[in-house]
Amino acid sequence: MSPTPTAAPAIELIGIDKKFGAVHANKNINLTVAKGSIHGIIGENGAGKSTLMSILYGFYHADAGSIRINGETTVIDDSQAAITAGIGMVHQHFMLVENFSVLENVILGVEGGALLGGGVSEARSALKRLEADYGLEVDPDAIIEELPVGLQQRVEILKALYRGAEILILDEPTGVLTPAEADHLFKILGVLRDQGKTIVLITHKLREIMAITDTVSVMRRGEMVATRRTTETTVEELAELMVGRRVLLHVEKGPAAPSDIVLSVRNLTVKDGRGVTMVDNVSFDVRAGEVVGIAGVAGNGQSELLEAITGIRKPTSGEILFHGKPVTGFDSARLRALGLGHIPEDRHHMGLVLGFEESENSVLGYHRDARYGRGPLLDLDACREDAKTKIEKYDIRPPNCRLKTANFSGGNQQKIVVAREIERDPALLVVGQPTRGVDIGAIEFIHRRLIAMRDAGKAVLLVSVELDEIRSLSDRILVMFAGHVVGEKTPDTGEQTLGLMMAGIAA
Amino acid sequence: MSTASVPLPNWITYGLMPFLNLVVAFLISGVVVWFIGESPLDAVTLLLQGALGNGEGIGFTLYYATNFIFTGLSVAVAYHAGLFNIGSEGQAYVGGLGAALASLALDHYVPWYVTMPFAVVGAAIFGAAWALIPAWLQAKRGSHIVITTIMFNFIGAAMMVYVLVHVLIVPGKMAPETRVFLEGGQLPKLDWLIALFGGKIGAAPFNVSFLIALVMCFVVWVLIWRTKLGYEIRTLGASPTAAIYAGIPYVKTVIITMLISGGLAGMMALNPVLGASARLQVEFVGGAGFVGIAVSLMGRSHPIGIVLAAILFGVLYQGGDALSFDMPKITRDMIVVIQGLVILFAGALEYLFRPAIVRVWQRFGKA
Repeated sequence: MSPTPTAAPAIELIGIDKKFGAVHANKNINLTVAKGSIHGIIGENGAGKSTLMSILYGFYHADAGSIRINGETTVIDDSQAAITAGIGMVHQHFMLVENFSVLENVILGVEGGALLGGGVSEARSALKRLEADYGLEVDPDAIIEELPVGLQQRVEILKALYRGAEILILDEPTGVLTPAEADHLFKILGVLRDQGKTIVLITHKLREIMAITDTVSVMRRGEMVATRRTTETTVEELAELMVGRRVLLHVEKGPAAPSDIVLSVRNLTVKDGRGVTMVDNVSFDVRAGEVVGIAGVAGNGQSELLEAITGIRKPTSGEILFHGKPVTGFDSARLRALGLGHIPEDRHHMGLVLGFEESENSVLGYHRDARYGRGPLLDLDACREDAKTKIEKYDIRPPNCRLKTANFSGGNQQKIVVAREIERDPALLVVGQPTRGVDIGAIEFIHRRLIAMRDAGKAVLLVSVELDEIRSLSDRILVMFAGHVVGEKTPDTGEQTLGLMMAGIAA
Repeated sequence: MSTASVPLPNWITYGLMPFLNLVVAFLISGVVVWFIGESPLDAVTLLLQGALGNGEGIGFTLYYATNFIFTGLSVAVAYHAGLFNIGSEGQAYVGGLGAALASLALDHYVPWYVTMPFAVVGAAIFGAAWALIPAWLQAKRGSHIVITTIMFNFIGAAMMVYVLVHVLIVPGKMAPETRVFLEGGQLPKLDWLIALFGGKIGAAPFNVSFLIALVMCFVVWVLIWRTKLGYEIRTLGASPTAAIYAGIPYVKTVIITMLISGGLAGMMALNPVLGASARLQVEFVGGAGFVGIAVSLMGRSHPIGIVLAAILFGVLYQGGDALSFDMPKITRDMIVVIQGLVILFAGALEYLFRPAIVRVWQRFGKA
């Protein structure tokens, strides 16, 4: 591999085409990534980014088209072939054995013989070398589950490099990182590029694209719609290319008019299933007519706090007041009857039953209502009429209330949940990750609905790991770290300040 | 590539695929028959003739099918809630006690149609009671329902033997069984139904229980798909976390579901106890509870599917008897092998042909 100026591109995808039944996931995709560059691929969910990368990594076979690596046509029919071709992948969800050490994880699958001894010492020195070359420091004997997420991700990168990867694919690498950890990752990626590695970054966060990539490709509905030099494009242009129309990136809203306290949380402590204290002595109020946002890196107790407030998990101690009356330990059915709406963090496991038809999900939690059937009977026609109204009002597509919920896209599934909870007109709406895995068009819609709730004098409690979302929707921001509320800020607080608080560094 | 997510029309999923599975099961059974030196074609002819060839055969086939409909429904209701009730066998056995007590108490005084509702309720209550403790243990203590219901099958069997040998036995007799019920404690045969189609019921014990089974099919359909309780049962089965989110009470729903499941299993006893032998005998269930698991799997936990699957197993039971009578080389055990193959292909391997069918469908089906 001579570094001549006319070196062949690291990756060339030529006419890649892939169908899943009726879904055309990739339409005649052409992509060229230069050696020693960072190339971003953005697109909404379902645009075909992951399918394309899965083809490159050998998880799927393309129906048509070919792949060239360093100018040579290469057949990649499984991940082993991808590794041989020098391609490494860092998945969104880490593929690590939690109770193994870093070293053990790195050599997993390339142990080099039946006895571990030789491979281990070889790997140890190789890790030292990689550490020196790329600034990827990590203790080889640390146990994975004891490492913070940022370091676990570093182990994934080390794994790929140890297998001789020249091309690294990272799938949504910053989803679980604090802003500071993300910046650190970008620095490492910069070093890797400078050392001649080629990096493909899949993301839906425009900020990251602008911060770190050299070139960027935009995918929409299975097609590669544009490729730009990052320096020659703008966030607005990319957003428009992704969605196919102009997008409002910021929510337009007037000042809040908070009035009576709707929700009071007093000295609340919550333990998770393993008995670990996840929420520690937390107190706050939410008033009618305001959006209170809870910022924090995932896993700092926000989920458990939400579950305690919405009656899914029993708190260990403390008190929850709703309109001044104690409701601690009520189950979700009783809270719903009192006027608490809940858009859960995880729509697949909580908010929806994916095997049900859409109309059945549009009554979940409210199915005991008299309007959905007298006495013990469930009136399917009433459910379907109700679902049709919501489908129209929330533009849920396809507009078919008999369709199985699993067959709706992520954004439309979320709209089913949002419609169900908002249409009940609750006094308090508790919202977890309202736009996780939701495309930009639907994000805009959901954000507007939440602000409309606030303006109608309802209380909204919002938990999100997307700092942008928290900042643009909230009237007050509470930051959670390690189970504590470490501070309250206004939404115009800088991202860096909030980021430091989320990392537990400043208050 | 995965083809699991490709939607297929219902006639393929519910018609063609089970049919293909059945054909393959019979083809392999044919090979087995051929190995032991009999003609597969003769065997299948004998089997079908024995099961469906005359009024008496049909009567026996439907008599067995009645057992399997009850136990199949029992397994299906629990399955909708995500509970695997292996205890239908024991629940049916204990249900027999409830049915028999009603008949023993009433048969001297009233005609059968007065006894019947008491026997139905008695069987259901006793069956449900036998499901209550495993249900409670699952709901409150998290003891796995598969383990507890299996154990309760053994406990039930031992208890019934005790009751029959020490309590209900006719004094001075050797057989561990109750006295024969008078006509007021029996369910009449459906000879008129067979006669309607020009057949003669002969010795077949096909009786009114079959109609009760069909009514219960409708009741179960309404329960699962047209009531709020059914909605909660299905939610719990499909997504326990969504059930918590929706405020569906886990303990209550599990217990009620298992009571219904046990009650349906208990009603199975009506057929052999009041309909066929007119007395309570040891081991009258004869494995019907376990066949119910296969019937429910094959019928996709839907009443219509369960009726069809129950009739299929009725054919195998009755046809198998006829076959082993006419072809002595094919023993009872061989029939069990064939049943096992049907269960294997129709239950465990139900999606065996799906990928191939999807490919054919994608190429030719969608124009």
